[in-house]
This record gives sequence, C-alpha cells and structure tokens, in this order.
Amino acid sequence: MRAKGSLLIKGGRIVDPATGIDRVADLLVKNGLVEKISQPGERLGSKTQEVISAQGKVVVPGLIDIHTHLREPGREDEETILSGSQAAVAGGFTAVACMANTYPPIDSQEGVRFVLERAKQANCRIYPIAAVTKGLKGEELTEVADLVKSGTVAISDDGNPVTRSQIMRRALEYSKIFDIPIISHCEDRDLSSRGVINESYTSTLLGLGGIPSVSEEIMVARDIHLAQFTQGRLHLAHLSTAGSLSLVREAKGKGIRVTAEVTPHHLILSDELIRQSFDPNLKMNPPLREKKDIEALREGLADGTIDCIVTDHAPHSPEEKDVEFDAAPFGIIGLETSLGLILTELYHKGILGLKDIISLMSTNPAQILGLKGGSLKVGDPADITIIDLEREWKVKPSQFKSKSRNTPFGGWILKGKAIATIVGGGIVYREGI
Amino acid sequence: MNPSRPHLLGLEGMSAQRIKLILDTAESFKEVLERPIRVVPTLRGVSVANLFFEPSTRTRISFELAEKRLSAELVNLSSATSSVLKGETLKDTARNIEAMKVDIVVIRHSAPGAPHFLARSLQSSVINAGDGAHEHPTQALLDLLTLRERFGELKGLRVVIVGDIAYSRVARSNIWGLRTMGASVALCGPPTLMPLGIEEMGVEVYPHLDQALPGADVIYVLRLQLERQRAGLLPSLREYTNQWGITAERLAKLRQEFIIMHPGPINRGVEITPEVADGPYSVILDQVTNGVAVRMAVLYLLSGRKHEG
Repeated sequence: MRAKGSLLIKGGRIVDPATGIDRVADLLVKNGLVEKISQPGERLGSKTQEVISAQGKVVVPGLIDIHTHLREPGREDEETILSGSQAAVAGGFTAVACMANTYPPIDSQEGVRFVLERAKQANCRIYPIAAVTKGLKGEELTEVADLVKSGTVAISDDGNPVTRSQIMRRALEYSKIFDIPIISHCEDRDLSSRGVINESYTSTLLGLGGIPSVSEEIMVARDIHLAQFTQGRLHLAHLSTAGSLSLVREAKGKGIRVTAEVTPHHLILSDELIRQSFDPNLKMNPPLREKKDIEALREGLADGTIDCIVTDHAPHSPEEKDVEFDAAPFGIIGLETSLGLILTELYHKGILGLKDIISLMSTNPAQILGLKGGSLKVGDPADITIIDLEREWKVKPSQFKSKSRNTPFGGWILKGKAIATIVGGGIVYREGI
Repeated sequence: MNPSRPHLLGLEGMSAQRIKLILDTAESFKEVLERPIRVVPTLRGVSVANLFFEPSTRTRISFELAEKRLSAELVNLSSATSSVLKGETLKDTARNIEAMKVDIVVIRHSAPGAPHFLARSLQSSVINAGDGAHEHPTQALLDLLTLRERFGELKGLRVVIVGDIAYSRVARSNIWGLRTMGASVALCGPPTLMPLGIEEMGVEVYPHLDQALPGADVIYVLRLQLERQRAGLLPSLREYTNQWGITAERLAKLRQEFIIMHPGPINRGVEITPEVADGPYSVILDQVTNGVAVRMAVLYLLSGRKHEG
C-alpha cells in the first residue's frame, strides 16, 4: 500500500515512542513514506496536494493489532478481510494480523496466499498468521518454511492450545531458524473442561462451569520452560491472570525470549458483571477474571511485563451469540472500541501515559512480528493515526463497520477516538477532520 | 429484562417480606387443597406454558397440578416432543409460545440463566423451575414452608445441607432463602463437590459429617447424581456412602431433635438409607405436598389477579 503524492499533517502533537519524539510539529508525507518532521520553529511547505490540520490532536504511528479473527474464509457472514479492515481503520488501526482458525484453517501456502490476495482490497495492512499444526489438530507441524516464504508473520493454533508438549517443543525448536514467534493460546483443556466463565465465587453463585486460573497458568509455565529449553521465540496470547503475569515477569528476568499480550476487556471488565445479566457478550476465552487479576495486568503494562495490547477481535453472528450463556460461543469484537477503551480507562484515569499506550499498541506489536510501521522515522511507511484525546463518543454497535455486533461495550461513553487513519500515505478513514 | 412484568428467577436478592408473603399465600392455598373440591377459579383465563427442557417428573407435575387447581389454561412442552430437537433456538421456541399469548412461562433448563434469557426477550412473566446448577426457587420456597410449619419460625434454625453442593441449584436457592430468613446454614460434602468461595454466601463448610451434624435442627440431604463418580469427582459411590451417607447409625449419635429433608428423587442406599428416608424424622412427603401450594402462590402472585377464597 503506497499512495502517490504528498500530504501534510499540520500542527499536531507527534508522539512516536520509536524515535522518542513528543512535540508539536508538521509531518510531511511523500509517495507513501514519512518525508520530514518539522524542527521546532520550522513550518513545512504548503505546496502539498493535501493538508490536514491536526491542531490539538495527537499524531502517532499507526496502531497495530496482532491478534484478530477475520473469519474469512468460511464465516463471511460474520466478518471478511475487507469488513474487518474497515472496522480496523475506523478504530485507528493501520495493520492487523489475523489468526488461522478459519474454515478451512490457514495451514498451507495456499491458505496464506488466499488471505494475502483478499488483503489487496483491504483498507489496512493484513498480516496472516498460519497454524502451528495441520488442521489445528495439534498433531503434525505445518510447513513453516513454506508458510514464512509465502508471507506468514507468526504461527499459532489460537483458539486451541497446542496440547501436546512434544509438538510445542518441536514447533519452538523448528521455527526459531525463521525468527518468527509462536503465539500460544495457553489453556489446559483438561482443567477448563466444560467451563464457560472464570472459576470463582461468581461461577459458584451462578452455577456456571468454571475455567480455573491454573488452566492458563500451567500452560504459561510449560511454554516458558520450553522456550527456555529450545531458545525458541514465544509470544503468549491474551493473558488474563495474576499468576500468569508473575510467571512472565520471572521469565523475562531470566532473559527467556518471551513476549506477552493482553486485551482491553481483560484490563477493564471482571467476572462479577455476569451476575444477574448472564450476558453472552461477557463470554470469552480466556474468561473475564477477578479484580485482583485486572490489577495485576495493569501493573504488568506499567512495568513492561506485558508488551502489547490486542483486541482478540472475535466476530460471532447474533444467531450464535444471542442464546443461553452455556450455548453461546466464546469471544467478542474489539477493533472499533479498543483505543477508546484504553484511552478512557487507562489514559484519562492516569494509569498509563500516552507514550506507553502507543508503545503497547503500535511500536511493540510491530517489533514482535517484525512488521513495517510502529514508528515515524523519515523513510518509514506513512502509517499514521490521528487521535482526538478529548472526543467523547457513544459506542453504537449498530453503526459498526464490522459485520458483527457482539460487544459488551454497547452504550458506553468513551473519551478519546481515532479521527483519521492513514495507510501508506493514503487517508483510509477520517471523521470530522 | 422487562420490568413491567414480575418474574420469579431466583431467591438471590429476594426480601424477607416477599418470601413471607409467598409462604403466607401458600398457606391459604393449602387450605384449598384440603377441600372436597380442590379447585378455585382464581386464574381462569390466565394461560401458562410449562417448558421443560430437562427431564422432570415431580416439579412438572407439581406445577401442572397448581395450575389446574387455579383454573389456569396450560400448555406443556418438553424437549423430547418439541422442535428443540430440530435445532430451534430457545428464543424462537419461546417467541412462538408467546405469539400464542401466554401470560406466564414456567421453564426448566439445563443452562444457568436460561430463564433470565427468556425474561429479557419475552413479554410474559417467567418462573424459574430450575436452571442448571444455578437456582430452583420454588423448591426452596416449598422447603421454607415445610420448615415454618414444623418449627413455627425460620429464624435461628440450624440447617445442614449434605452432599453435592457444586451441582445443586436446590442448595443455592435454599442458602439464599434460609439466610434471608435468619437461619444459619452449614454445608457438608466432599471437597470436589464444594464449589470455590461458597463461604462468601455466609455459610459454614465442614468436610466431615461428624463435625457438621451436632446441633442441626434440619439435615437436608441432596441427591447424588451417579455421573459424578464417572466424572472423576468421587473415587466410588461406596466411599461416598461411607463418608457422607445419612444412615441410622450416624443419626443415633445425635443428641438433639432434628428432621430430614430431601428434594427428591432419592438414590436410596447412596446418599440416604431407606430406613432414614422413610423414618420418623423424615418430612420428605410433606415437602411434596407443599410444592403444589407454593407453586399456586407463586403463579397467583405473578398473575396479579385477586383471590377470593
């Protein structure tokens, strides 16, 4: 993606963790690349074809979500790569990576090529993540070399854990020569059994099957040990418990190659909300945990134990989701609410600074998967998000660009929103600017 | 949830005043049940749908009798005879029933929250007749009525509930109801069947019967589903019976007076021996009788009709 011509973003506060810039400046884009950022006192020329006035707004490297489910191929009624990309840019994302658990799963070169073919029509950059095992069955490794050659940026059986330790060991060992991470969905299915929410006082009251915290932590511990043993690259998906956080903190302290992500919903919502409401939009895997876990995850963001924030955008149709709690599938969508939630709940409440948030949502995810973007250095692709930190808006699922509506945040009033999204120098989304 | 229509979804959060009203109303209906003609016209013209998505004999019959004795119109749907087997969703089934202008829906379902789901999507009043391991409010109300008849007052009673607490909706509804009415509750059973954090409901937990039973006014024995053993929650039924079975020998050690309750159906020889179930302390059949009266009271109160004796 590379737009011809030039674009000037005038007078915004540029925040770029990669270069350490945090000041008001003009940013000039030319032929899809960052051409220049003005020095203090300098004003960049007005001979550009398009000018965006960003006074009072924040200009950051485009947000990157490395954990989404775009449902194509197989469930195009719920989301497509195109509709997912429209949702992404409306939420301020310039790139997303999509998981392999489609129908059929993305476990071959052919599958990766299909995703990349569809991605040509998309509004943002789309990076395929292919399966660790053929058919996501947890039995045989996929052809990692071929997958990487055709454009896979990581491998993951996400949605499923890699249950067999031997397979996980071989995957870490084998994939390290390609320098891609294995993204692990940590869950001991034997322990989560038929659970549908966190095992706690809440599950006890509601009589709903519990997924214990140890179901996640045992696999986090196993995978960390395997990463240490194999020297492979491990990225831990959607961590949700305080116990997982201390395991990762300890592992990082020992220099083990592990990175970790967390979702906005696990940072904001606790399982108590399911009391009375039995709302299937509060059902996801891993489940919403307890207040102490939320505290631990937030600490993990602040001290660097957590490397990035991802949505785990998981579209589901109303026929599937609007049913009794036990019968509903796991997962909620997040691309259009993620930034607003993080700004409202973490930035405006003084828990995280803006630079940290942009690191977590752009710079770090780009580094983890080795993607373009995540910085505004001269010569970088002009993937840029312009944010209005003060804009208050109401979450209206009926107006989502996503094809799905399964969010627990409908009706929430959020403060802070992406108002322009620029990919390769082309404006792919703008709203009142 | 439709606030304009009253529902009975559970005893969590129900006030002592409301529970007392239901029990008082049930007592007045009990008097009807003693008459030669055990039918009153109170709910004439009110239609009730009994949706049983899980096998049930006594609760279903008890609701049906209650409805008939109040002269309500009733339709029955159980999952074996419904379109549920054809893949119709709960919502569609319920909407179809509602399109037939049903005033009250009684639902038994294996999924916790299924009655709440219906209450959100329908205009009818919803009565929870048991939702998974969540609540079974009419069972707890009939138990409270039985206890009040026996002891005159619920306040200060010590009730020990024995067995499979983890999977028991009866235990949960009884804990809410008993605690609200001022009784103290102790639980006893194997740790694998004692759910996490249950103490937060304001109950004591004892692993061994010999610690739990002394001083109990009421020993409430839960049914042990035989599949718990297959699921690996118990080493064997034999060991369960030895550790937590209610036997005459065990009861002979107690110095206080007490009664035995059970929500049925009984696994004789597993959680309770036949001699105890049929013995002099047992009020198990009184519970069944009170079930009809309590369900009449609940239907009547939800209907908003006036009862004229």
